[in-house]
Amino acid sequence: MSTINIKEGTPLKAKIPEGDLAKKWTTYKDKIRLVSPANKRKLDIIVVGTGLAGASAAASLAELGYNVKAFAFQDSPRRAHSIAAQGGINASKNYQNDGDSDWRLFYDTIKGGDYRGREANTYRLAEVSGNIIDQAVMQGVPFARDYGGLLDNRSFGGVLVSRTFYAKGQTGQQLLLGAYSALNRQIARGKVEMYNRHEMIDLVVINGHARGIIARNLVTGEIERHSAHAVVLASGGYSNAYFLSTNAMGSNATAAWRAHRKGAYFANPAFVQIHPTCIPRSSEHQSKLTLMSESLRNDGRIWVPKKLEDAKALREGRLKPTDIPEEDRDYYLERRYPAFGNLVPRDVASRAAKERCDAGFGVNKTGEAVFLDFATAIERYGKEQAHLKGIKNPSKKLITELGEKVIEQKYGNLFQMYEKITDDNPYKTPMMIYPANHYTMGGLWVDYDLQSNLPGLFVIGEANFSDHGANRLGASALMQGLADGYFVLPYTIGDYLADYIREGKVPTDTPEFDEAEAKVKEEIDFFINNNGKHSVDYFHKKLGKIMWDKVGLSRNAEGLQKAIKEIQELRTQFWKDVRVPGRADELNPELEKAGYVADFLELGELLALDALNRNESCGGHFREEYQTEDGEALRDDKNYAYVAAWEYPAKPYERYTKHVNMSDAILHKEPLIFEFVKPTTRSYK
Amino acid sequence: MTILKTSVAKKVAMAISGLFLVLFLLLHLAINMSLIYPGKETFEASVEFMATNPFIQIMQPILALGFIFHIAMGIYLEWQNRGKRSIKYVKNKANVSSSWASRNMIWTGLFVLFFLAVHLYNYFIPFKTQANPDHYALVTGLFKDPVYTLLYIIAFVLLGIHLSHGFQSAFQSLGTPREKCHKFLVCCGNIFAFVVAIGFSAIAVYFYFN
Amino acid sequence: MKLNLKIWRQPGPNAKGRMVNYQIDGVESDMSFLEMLDLLNENLIAKGEEPVAFDHDCREGICGMCSLFINGEAHGPDRLTTTCQLHMRKFKDGDTIVIEPWRANAFPVIKDLVVDRSALDRIQQAGGYISVNTSGRPVDANTIPIPKKNADMAFDAATCIGCGACVATCKNASAMLFVSAKVAQYALLPQGRIEAAKRVQDMVAAMDAEGFGSCTNTGACEVQCPKGISLTNIAILNKEFLLAQSK
Repeated sequence: MSTINIKEGTPLKAKIPEGDLAKKWTTYKDKIRLVSPANKRKLDIIVVGTGLAGASAAASLAELGYNVKAFAFQDSPRRAHSIAAQGGINASKNYQNDGDSDWRLFYDTIKGGDYRGREANTYRLAEVSGNIIDQAVMQGVPFARDYGGLLDNRSFGGVLVSRTFYAKGQTGQQLLLGAYSALNRQIARGKVEMYNRHEMIDLVVINGHARGIIARNLVTGEIERHSAHAVVLASGGYSNAYFLSTNAMGSNATAAWRAHRKGAYFANPAFVQIHPTCIPRSSEHQSKLTLMSESLRNDGRIWVPKKLEDAKALREGRLKPTDIPEEDRDYYLERRYPAFGNLVPRDVASRAAKERCDAGFGVNKTGEAVFLDFATAIERYGKEQAHLKGIKNPSKKLITELGEKVIEQKYGNLFQMYEKITDDNPYKTPMMIYPANHYTMGGLWVDYDLQSNLPGLFVIGEANFSDHGANRLGASALMQGLADGYFVLPYTIGDYLADYIREGKVPTDTPEFDEAEAKVKEEIDFFINNNGKHSVDYFHKKLGKIMWDKVGLSRNAEGLQKAIKEIQELRTQFWKDVRVPGRADELNPELEKAGYVADFLELGELLALDALNRNESCGGHFREEYQTEDGEALRDDKNYAYVAAWEYPAKPYERYTKHVNMSDAILHKEPLIFEFVKPTTRSYK
Repeated sequence: MTILKTSVAKKVAMAISGLFLVLFLLLHLAINMSLIYPGKETFEASVEFMATNPFIQIMQPILALGFIFHIAMGIYLEWQNRGKRSIKYVKNKANVSSSWASRNMIWTGLFVLFFLAVHLYNYFIPFKTQANPDHYALVTGLFKDPVYTLLYIIAFVLLGIHLSHGFQSAFQSLGTPREKCHKFLVCCGNIFAFVVAIGFSAIAVYFYFN
Repeated sequence: MKLNLKIWRQPGPNAKGRMVNYQIDGVESDMSFLEMLDLLNENLIAKGEEPVAFDHDCREGICGMCSLFINGEAHGPDRLTTTCQLHMRKFKDGDTIVIEPWRANAFPVIKDLVVDRSALDRIQQAGGYISVNTSGRPVDANTIPIPKKNADMAFDAATCIGCGACVATCKNASAMLFVSAKVAQYALLPQGRIEAAKRVQDMVAAMDAEGFGSCTNTGACEVQCPKGISLTNIAILNKEFLLAQSK
């Protein structure tokens, strides 16, 4: 047991409507207050981030008549990282007649999330999922179709139906461009004012309500004040706290974290998802990781050498993987999990790879990679093809040739991408893979309205603590982002704004804006003038290593306590030694990064604290102390069936003048009540 | 001219005028060929036909307009496009991704224009001004001049290069379905360019030596 | 490996720029081109010099943020590859690499290798959408069947990442391939036909107004496009443009 003292605050209420699960959302919509079209014109809304959630929200709100200001740190809203999502988007359309329904999508999602999500939110997500597809099709999103001209579906991990809509391997791109086109239409109408290359660096809170932001124009360095009647954060997740992740280089938690500093609670930060099939790091200079579809595990066998000396020889390049005979290979997933073998769930596969590499069996020069071998599949398919073609006694060469063709048909594009990045031909030599962070289930706490504990601050998409519980299912991230932006927020925000139709423009010349602007300028000046010894990346990499080693795939109390201490020390060193070249009044990427890393250095500690507090294993959060005999996650529904929402433990602007101890964060619990489903143990036997 | 306001309209106009000139070239080549085969009489008859046929008389100013338009618009577009990149690349491997012909339409075109001027001066003006010109002698006589012959050959080789891009480019500008027609059009364009370049040049070479 | 870099440095939008030479050592063949620039910047920061500003984000070839004219080619010597997916194994020890920003008057330089591509957004705003609001009761997605061929062609057009390589590489700095990709995507779908005539006219007019050159069909854009957007789309735009005139 950990020996920490967590300060507990008041429990949180999510404002979930009463009634039957399937009727909650309809009842809610019927009862909320509406804002008349004439009054909508008097109300301003700020949307930060233009990914799936932000772009869809900004466009939908503008269509309703609100005045929207949208902000993106990229040079165009089209570049938000939603664009990189590959696989697809779930929707309970039941086009395949395979028995899908809202209930099944809801159930799969809540179960996949290891019963740490909120029933009502998750059901609503399933309920509106079909509308997303309809909307996207009307916008001209070119989903895959079959020869009859109707939409095609494929199946995805963890479910028994085909409900995933896709556009080749670029579903995220196509959906984002759809939302972007809707946004463009509103920009052209003048209903959305678009601020590209702008970073939100503070939230302005007036009388306890979110009423504006401070933004930095990244081109000129100008600090700008923007006011509104409500602020919507759609700024994505915080995987980059780990330095290496599949997120974009610019993906950051700054908008969310600055809101947290101003009083918004941060929920379940420990719930991060680590994907097992990424291309491993090649050197210390690696800047990011690339994901490969996990469908590869259908045909690939994962292994490392049995002998330590072989692993060493592989790392030093003295041995090729194909030189290692069958009896000296350790197919560790097949060995440890004979029933599921290479198809164990993401978290199990990821942890097992790390365990082998930590034990010294890693196979690339960084020691952090395992093989994903297609030789067996190639041979199997080759023989099958030869048989089909009626070839008797085929030569080994012919079998390989035929087998490679089958593999190419199934995974050609992935193999090509792999070869481009690694310069290895995966048909001839096994692929190398390693797990990497790619999504965060945690985020700012929101109620059923998607409103944070700060009134007027709404949080949507990956930025909120979300509907995914402790683990997100594949093809659900796109669904949630668009559900929030198109079909949930436009309703719920009206209920809040109905109170402010008489308020008029929110002024920006108030003491709250003055203070926020002065303080963020102070921090920027601090960075520019600090003239320390090390670059921002130096600290980011160090933080990433602590996070990955001790707060990554598998965690234990001792390691987490160590991590907290190390992060605190690193943070002290950061404020003392960070070096930011250039000026404040120009495009200065190093200055932008300094802000991100300052925030990650706090968030990282909170993440470790949350992991330490949660004395159970569930979904993406695995505590070594809490596992079954065969290494499965051991949940504790009695003590931990709650959302852990943390309150920032200091005043907003103290951090570079005074040591802020994140471990003093105050815990607010939102109990998770399961009225409609009964939590059970996820089993893969 | 409002119809020519946009860049796409201008390029469509370039395509139409270009294709019109292609038709003229075909006719011109056919007539010139008759210098060699069947020979003098047919050539004279053709010239007679060109000089008197009312349709041709109507077409002549239109042709002139077509020339002027194609040239003027070509120069204008080139001048305009050059202004779109004020700072040039220090290193630019343009030949990796596009053909020399496609990038140098202005130069091949301008050289052909220069030749056209020479041609008008040497042939067309005497033809129009002399009372009873001997066309056959006029044409074949010019080819005895090595400088003129060389100029003539260079002009038609460059015109061939111009056409090798221009022909298929015109159809692209008119929006022909590329996936179906492109290969065929490129092939036609290259054959046509080759025929024009070799055809006219061969006549020059023939009369230079005979 | 050791490399000589010649990089365009320009302190700000209105400042004068110039090519500056840098030597860089310790470049590994597995590095991506941008990681090589990261390394250069680490060295520069350590020496107290200003790092080179360049645009980048996803580093997996899909966001379209990275650019760079490398040794005379948009996104460097590899085909169907963005700069972030270009790897240093394409270069040899001792090579000289010339790195310039996208050059077009419509893409003014902001700093060093960073250019302003907002003109592309403004073209999209002129008509790169289908005018449908978010609907509380949308029409079922399968109400309108779309021939697979059209759907596939529309998809291929829609994979444009808006990086601007077509403009950078075109001798006329024309954005025709970019514009045509969006025009074609919608022209191929029944939902998009309703506004097809207006869309093509508005988007072409916006392209001209932004100061891009005109298309002379050199085809360089198609070759240098990291996503392989086809000239077929330009033919479709031209056809749509002509059809629009008749309306």
